[in-house]
Amino acid sequence: MSSAYVLRRLLQIIPLFLAVMVLIFVLVHLIPGDPVSTLLGDRATPDIVARANKELGLDRPLVVQFGFFVNGLLHGNLGESINLKVSVLSLIADRLPVTLFLTVYAAVLGVLLAVPLAILAAVRRNTWVDALIRGFFQFGLSLPVFYLGLQLLTLLGARLGLFPIGGYGESFGDHLYHLFLPALTLGLNLAAVLLRTLRSSVIEVLTAEYVDFARAKGLKTWTIMTRHVLRNALIGTVTLLGLNIGALIGGAVITETVFAIPGVGRLMVDAIFARDYPVVQGLTLTFALLVSLVFLATDLIHARLDPRAEVA
Amino acid sequence: MTTALPSSPARVRPKWRSLKPTLLIGTVLLLILLLAALFPQLFTPYSPTDFDYTAILSSPNLKHPFGTDNFGRDIFSRVIFGTRIDLQIAVFTTAFPFVFGTLLGALSGFQGRWLDALVGRVADLVVVFPFLVLVIAIVAVLGPGLNNMFLAVSAVGWVSYWRLTRGEVLAQKKAEYAQAAQVLGYSPARVLLRHILPNAVTPAVVYLMTDMSLGILLGASLGYLGLGAQPPTPEWGVMVADGKNFMVTAWWIGTFPGLALTLAGVTFSLIGDGLADALRPKS
Repeated sequence: MSSAYVLRRLLQIIPLFLAVMVLIFVLVHLIPGDPVSTLLGDRATPDIVARANKELGLDRPLVVQFGFFVNGLLHGNLGESINLKVSVLSLIADRLPVTLFLTVYAAVLGVLLAVPLAILAAVRRNTWVDALIRGFFQFGLSLPVFYLGLQLLTLLGARLGLFPIGGYGESFGDHLYHLFLPALTLGLNLAAVLLRTLRSSVIEVLTAEYVDFARAKGLKTWTIMTRHVLRNALIGTVTLLGLNIGALIGGAVITETVFAIPGVGRLMVDAIFARDYPVVQGLTLTFALLVSLVFLATDLIHARLDPRAEVA
Repeated sequence: MTTALPSSPARVRPKWRSLKPTLLIGTVLLLILLLAALFPQLFTPYSPTDFDYTAILSSPNLKHPFGTDNFGRDIFSRVIFGTRIDLQIAVFTTAFPFVFGTLLGALSGFQGRWLDALVGRVADLVVVFPFLVLVIAIVAVLGPGLNNMFLAVSAVGWVSYWRLTRGEVLAQKKAEYAQAAQVLGYSPARVLLRHILPNAVTPAVVYLMTDMSLGILLGASLGYLGLGAQPPTPEWGVMVADGKNFMVTAWWIGTFPGLALTLAGVTFSLIGDGLADALRPKS
């Protein structure tokens, strides 16, 4: 992987991010309804509203407000939440780890489910085992995340009492326990997406000439499976995971709402209902940054694993 | 001049004899859904929104096969009437992205140059936002409701169609029949619309079916969050949200609408898979 490629890829992020900032700013300032009036309630006099607007800098021209916004960003300042009266950055910093924990946990569960099943389906392709696995995941793909979550929560949480019905817990082990159902919900959905592509890529590997050669060489099936098939499957999985990061974050927004998890996804939904501009703005920016960083990482890992990718 | 010019390849049509079972089952399910959407009264005698205080929270029985909710509304009727809303969501979340994205992709691939570069940058910008996050951010700006949701999804959803069609047109443009059409002096518009596009549209059509199932799921998710269809509209996602506080005491309120959602999702993905098999050029 040449350093010129890495540099080029890094530089591409800058104009993209400027565009992201403009888009978010314009979007958020198109919101109808005045946040100050919402905040102060019906009984606020126009005088009080005007004063609050001035305090929050909402009476300045949009261009000036955008200048403040970008200047703030460059100093790591995302503004202050209108409702909660704390800095948006600290709000996000508090809750982002929860969402990251959830998405990584879900990705791990998804991969643990999808990879062995994809290999099994590929090895037993066009048999009832294959049909069963594919049918199951076709169904999984059509199952809405919020619905699956709600049913798991009711059955395993509320009825059987096997899992807590919300929250995040204190220690690492506690997090694993509290977030198991939400991560499983998201992971099942992800596994359904991964399985489709992985099954066909495993079939491709299984029928490749070098696998025939390995067999002719007398290598054990186990060795062929771990050294060739599994390795290639994992390379494909990394790329697929990267491409699906947006869907995973979207899923986290819904899952956190269903399971009452104090992460950034739930914060986003709450902020939208509360018309808390700065929080919506900061979160959208954070999500976009997260996705572009994951895209970048995926590209770099891909280029490292497969030098041909650099040309593209 | 008798030399045969390479002609546009015959468009691949599904043959009924070799119809895959997936496509068949999907089509039958779709017909049932359409019937329920067009003539809900055929299936149920009750109104989806009328309260009946004499039958509050009754579990599934002969009179109310899916039970009733806390207002005594018949869940079966609400699920049936919801078909119309959720199929509408499937159509309206995909129609504009399909038409706009496909045409733009065709132009982009055919014309190249500045148009392609410009649209490419916009697409790069759109994809760094998680789809759901951007859609709910736009819905937050415009206000909750179905129409605003359609606008939001349209603003974002065209990118997939643009990418699929652009790639296909880039490939088809180099095919002999396309070169021949150009040599014959046909206008670029005719070459693109009459010759290339019909051969390049297949991936977009196949994706349309998958996208419809994604559209229903997205619409229902927004409904569940309170940003899509608004109560008392019998939209399946809204109905699951209505039932969420009754999951332990009256499981039927939220469970049946969710099953309907899953069934609709399965229907469209079966058709999508079947079409992908049927339309794939046999080489």
